[in-house]
Amino acid sequence: MIYRFTCIVCPLSCAIEVEVENGKVKEVRGCTCPRGEEWAIGEVTNPKRVIMSVVPVEGGALPTVSVKTAEPVPKEKIPELMKFLAKIKLKAPVEVGQVVAEWNGIKIVATRGA
Amino acid sequence: MKTKVAIIGAGISGASIARVLSRYENLEVHLIEKAPDVGWGVSKANTALIHGGYDDDPDRYPTRARLCIRGNRIWHRWVKELQIPHVWNGALIVATKEEDFDELEKLLERGRRNNVPEMRIVDREELFHLEPGLTRDAIGALWVPIVGQIGPIPAVIAITENAVANGVKTHLETEVSGIKVENGEVKGVETNNGFIEADIVINAAGLYADKIARMVGIDYFEIHPRKGEYWIFDDDVPGPRRVLFPTPTPISKGIVVTTEISGHLMIGPNAQDLPPEEKDNLATTREGLEQVWEGAKKLWPQLPPRSKVIRTFAGLRPEPTGGDFIIKAEEEVWGFINVAGIRSPGLTSAPAIAYEVAKIIQRDLGIELKEKSKWNPYREEISHFFMMSPEQINEAVKKNPAYGKIVCRCNNVSEGDILEAIERMKFIGVKTPSVDSVKFRTKATTGTCQGSFCRPKIVQLLAREYGVEPWKVTLKGRGSEIGVGDVKALLRGDA
Amino acid sequence: MFPRIPMLNYDLVVIGGGPAGMAAAIRAKELGLKVLLLDENDYLGGILPQCIHPGFGLHHFKEELTGPEFASRLAKKMVELGVEYRTAARVMEIKNYSDLEKVVIFTSPSGAYQVWTKAIIYTAGARERHAFEIGIVGDRVAGIYTAGEAQTLMDIYGIMPGREVVIVGSGDVGLIMARRFALEGAKVKAVIELMPYPGGLARNVMILRDFNIPLYLSHKVVEVRGSGRVERVKVVKVDENLREIPGSEFWISCDTLIISAGLVPSVKKLKKIGVEIDTATGGPVVNDRLETSVPGIFVAGNSLLINDLVDYVVEQGEVASEGAKEFIENGGIESRKWVKVEKGENVRLVVPHYLSGDRDVYLYLRVSRPMEEVELRIPEIGRKIKLPVVKPAEMLRIKLKAEEIQGEKLTVEVVKA
Repeated sequence: MIYRFTCIVCPLSCAIEVEVENGKVKEVRGCTCPRGEEWAIGEVTNPKRVIMSVVPVEGGALPTVSVKTAEPVPKEKIPELMKFLAKIKLKAPVEVGQVVAEWNGIKIVATRGA
Repeated sequence: MKTKVAIIGAGISGASIARVLSRYENLEVHLIEKAPDVGWGVSKANTALIHGGYDDDPDRYPTRARLCIRGNRIWHRWVKELQIPHVWNGALIVATKEEDFDELEKLLERGRRNNVPEMRIVDREELFHLEPGLTRDAIGALWVPIVGQIGPIPAVIAITENAVANGVKTHLETEVSGIKVENGEVKGVETNNGFIEADIVINAAGLYADKIARMVGIDYFEIHPRKGEYWIFDDDVPGPRRVLFPTPTPISKGIVVTTEISGHLMIGPNAQDLPPEEKDNLATTREGLEQVWEGAKKLWPQLPPRSKVIRTFAGLRPEPTGGDFIIKAEEEVWGFINVAGIRSPGLTSAPAIAYEVAKIIQRDLGIELKEKSKWNPYREEISHFFMMSPEQINEAVKKNPAYGKIVCRCNNVSEGDILEAIERMKFIGVKTPSVDSVKFRTKATTGTCQGSFCRPKIVQLLAREYGVEPWKVTLKGRGSEIGVGDVKALLRGDA
Repeated sequence: MFPRIPMLNYDLVVIGGGPAGMAAAIRAKELGLKVLLLDENDYLGGILPQCIHPGFGLHHFKEELTGPEFASRLAKKMVELGVEYRTAARVMEIKNYSDLEKVVIFTSPSGAYQVWTKAIIYTAGARERHAFEIGIVGDRVAGIYTAGEAQTLMDIYGIMPGREVVIVGSGDVGLIMARRFALEGAKVKAVIELMPYPGGLARNVMILRDFNIPLYLSHKVVEVRGSGRVERVKVVKVDENLREIPGSEFWISCDTLIISAGLVPSVKKLKKIGVEIDTATGGPVVNDRLETSVPGIFVAGNSLLINDLVDYVVEQGEVASEGAKEFIENGGIESRKWVKVEKGENVRLVVPHYLSGDRDVYLYLRVSRPMEEVELRIPEIGRKIKLPVVKPAEMLRIKLKAEEIQGEKLTVEVVKA
C-alpha cells in the first residue's frame, strides 16, 4: 500500500511516498529532510491534528472564546473531542492561555480572552 | 359606524391608497401584506422612475395615460411631505438612426394628448450638453424634463409610516386565503392570522391580483409576470446625469441607463414574459443579464469592467390582460375594488391611483368621505450619517453615542441610523426581524462589500432589539434565517 | 472650510489596527513619533481575532500562534509602550493640504474629530469578492456568504451559518472555512476551484483529505437556486482557457454557498486623494519606504497587496513607520533617481515599485503560473535564485542588498532553470 502526501513541514512541499507492507512502514521516498520523513510516517501510522474551535462565553465583550488543543489530537478521535467541546460554556473573565477544560489528558486552551 | 376598508397588498399602490384613505374619519383602514415588511413585491425591484406619461397610448391604455402624468405631478408634493429621496433630472429617449425620429414624434404627439408639459425633440448639439457621456451614435432625442427618480421601497415605507401615524392598522405577514361575500356584498377577508372584517376590499395584490380576484369569482383578467433584470455598479463608476432610454419597442420601454438614487450606475431592465404560475421567479439569468449589458452599451458605451458590478437582481412586472390598469369597483361583488395590473407606470401613477380609489368609493359605492379635522401629511425621514456634517454628528452623539459609530462602512451608516430604522420597523408592525428591512431604511449592506463586513453586526443589533437569538434573525423573512442555530447546534443534534 | 470639531495633533496617524497597523504604531512609538492608531472595530486585531487557526507568527515570534494570540501579543506590546489608540473609530476622510499637513477626520461614539498630522500610514486591510462579482446568477437568498463573513458569524458571534456547504475557491481562506464547518458538524459537499490546481498552501489543501471533501478542479459555480434560502447550486467544468464546457453542468444540493474568491485591497480613500494604484496588486504604487505617490502617505499589509503571511504584514508595517520617521524628520523623502522594478516573465505582481538603492529591501512578488524547477532572475544584476516550485498562491519574498540596486530598472522574472 502506497500513501502519497504533499509534505507540510516547510514550504518546499516535497511529494512524499510512504510504502506500507503488513501494517508496517517499509520505505519512505521523496523527502529531503528528517522532519519530513518523521511527519510522513506519523501521517500514516498515527495522524494527529491540533484542533481549534470556539465555545460560548457569558459576560464577555464577545459571545465566544476561541480555543485550541494544547497538543495534537489523533484524527479518529476528533469527532469525540468536538462533541465534548459542544458541552462547554464559559464565564468571563477568561485570559489568553488559560486552560478552560481538559479532555483525555489534553488541555483545551483559550486563544482569545473574554 | 366606520366603514371598514381592507387593502390587500402593501406595495406602492396599497400603501398610497392607505395614506389617502387615512384622511377620512369615517373609514377604518387595514393594510394587509403577506411579506414581513412593506414594498417587497413588485415595488421592490424596478427602474425606480417617475415617468413623464408620453409612453402610454390614451386609446389603448386610457387609465395608464390618464393617471401617469397626474401621478407625476402629485409626487412633487408627496416627496416633500414624506421626505422621500428623489431627483428630478429628466429623461432622454435617444435616437440612433433616422427612423427613430418617427417613433419619437409619435411619443411627442402622445405626450401632448396626455397633457405632458415641457417635452421637445433636441438635436445632437443640445443632446450632448444634456448628457455628455452619451453614445456618439446618438443623433437626437426626445427630452422630457419632468421625469424623475425615486427610491421605491423608501417611498413605500415613508407612505406607510405616514398612513400608520394617521391611524391605519397594518397586518404584516398576513396572507389572504379567502374573501367572504354574502348576498353579493363583501364581508371581510380570511387570513392566516384570522378573519378581518371589511365592508370594502381593495385588491392591490400586485402579481397575485388575479388570484385575489378569483376569490370573489372575478376572473376576466389574468396577471402574468414579465421579468426584468438589472445590474448595479459600484459608486466610483461614472453614470449618466439623466435617465437614458432607447427609442421604445411595442413590448417595453427598453433597457434604461440611470444613475440610481444612491449614486450607482444601474442598467436594465430587459423584458421576458413568464407563464402566470411563475409569480415567484425572481432569479437572474445569464441570458437576461447579457441582453441588458448589450442594450445598455448602445446608449452608454463606457460600461465599466464587469468586476465592478455590486449587484444583479430581477423584478417582475404584473402584466394584466389587455395591458391597462384595472381600477374599478366590481359590480357583481359590492365593495370589491380591483387595483390590478399596476405595471409600468405604476410607481408614477400610485398617488393618482390612490385618489382615484377614494373617488370610486364615493362615486361608485356611494359612501361619502368625511375629512378628519386633524390629518398629518408630514413624515420625517430617519437620520442618515452620510448626510450629516461633522458638527451634526457631534450634536447627535450627545443624544446617543451610537450616532457616531459606523456599522456599514461602505455607505457610512451609523448604529444610530440602524436603531432608528428598527424603531420605525416596529412602528409599522414588522414582527420578524430582517436584515433587508434595515437595508431598505438605511442603505446598509448595499455598498461595495455587499454586507460582508456589516451584516453580522446588523444581525446582532436586530437580535438585541427584537429579543431573539441572532441565528433566528432573517435575511428577508421566515425561511431565510441567517443561521441554523448556535455554532454547536449541529454537534448537539439540535438543528 | 475646516469643520468645527475638536482638533487633535499628531506626527503620525495609523489607519487600521490589524497586524500591519499595530506593528507600524509600535515601531513608530519606538522611534519616538507621536502616533495615534485608529480602528473601526470595538477590538484591535483587524481580521486576526476571527482567524482562530494556528499558522501566525512562525517567523516573527518563532511560534505557531493562532490569529487572536498573535493579535494579543501585538496589543500587549502597544499597551506596554503606551501607544495611543482608539477603537470604534472610523475614518471618514483624508485631506492632504500639503506634504506635512494632512488631516484625518474620523467618527466615533464620542463624536467626530479632525487629526492634524504630518504623515499617515494606511493599513486598512482588504475586502472579499462577493458572488455578484464572480458572475453568479439566480436567486438572491439567505445562505450565501463570503468566507470571511461566515468566519465572523461562527468564530466571533457563535452562529452556525448552515449545515450543507459548497465552497467556491480552494485558497487558504476557503479551505480553512471548510475545516471549520466540518469540525462543527456541517457537511462540506464540495470545494469548487476554477484553476486546474488548488489555490492554498499544502498544509491547508490537506484539509480536503482530512475531512473527505471532494475537490472539483477546473470548475465554477454559475447559479444559485432556492426559495428563501439556498437549495442547490449549479456547477460547470471549464477548459484550459477557463471557458465553460457546454453540457458539463450539474447541480449540488446544499443550504450554504461560501464564496472564497479572493481579496481586494481597500483603497478607496487613497484613490480619492490621488494615490496611484497598481492594477496588478490592486494596491498603491510605492517606493521602498512603502510611501505612495502622495508624499507622506504610506501603506502596509493587505491594503498594499494581498499577503499570505502575517509576518510579512508586520514587516511592512515596520518599514512604513521607518519611512514615516524619515519623512517627518527630513520634511520629505529625498529626491533621487529611483530604480524602477519591472515585471518580467511569469511575474504577475511585485512590490515595491521604486527602489532607492540606499538600503536593503525586501521584494514581495507573486508568479502568474505555477512552475517547477525554476530560477528567479534579475538579469540586470545577474541575480539568480533556484526554486523547486513556485505557485501564485505562495508569495515570494527576496532580499536585495543596497549595493545591488542600481541602474534604470531591475526586471524580476521567473523562468525554467
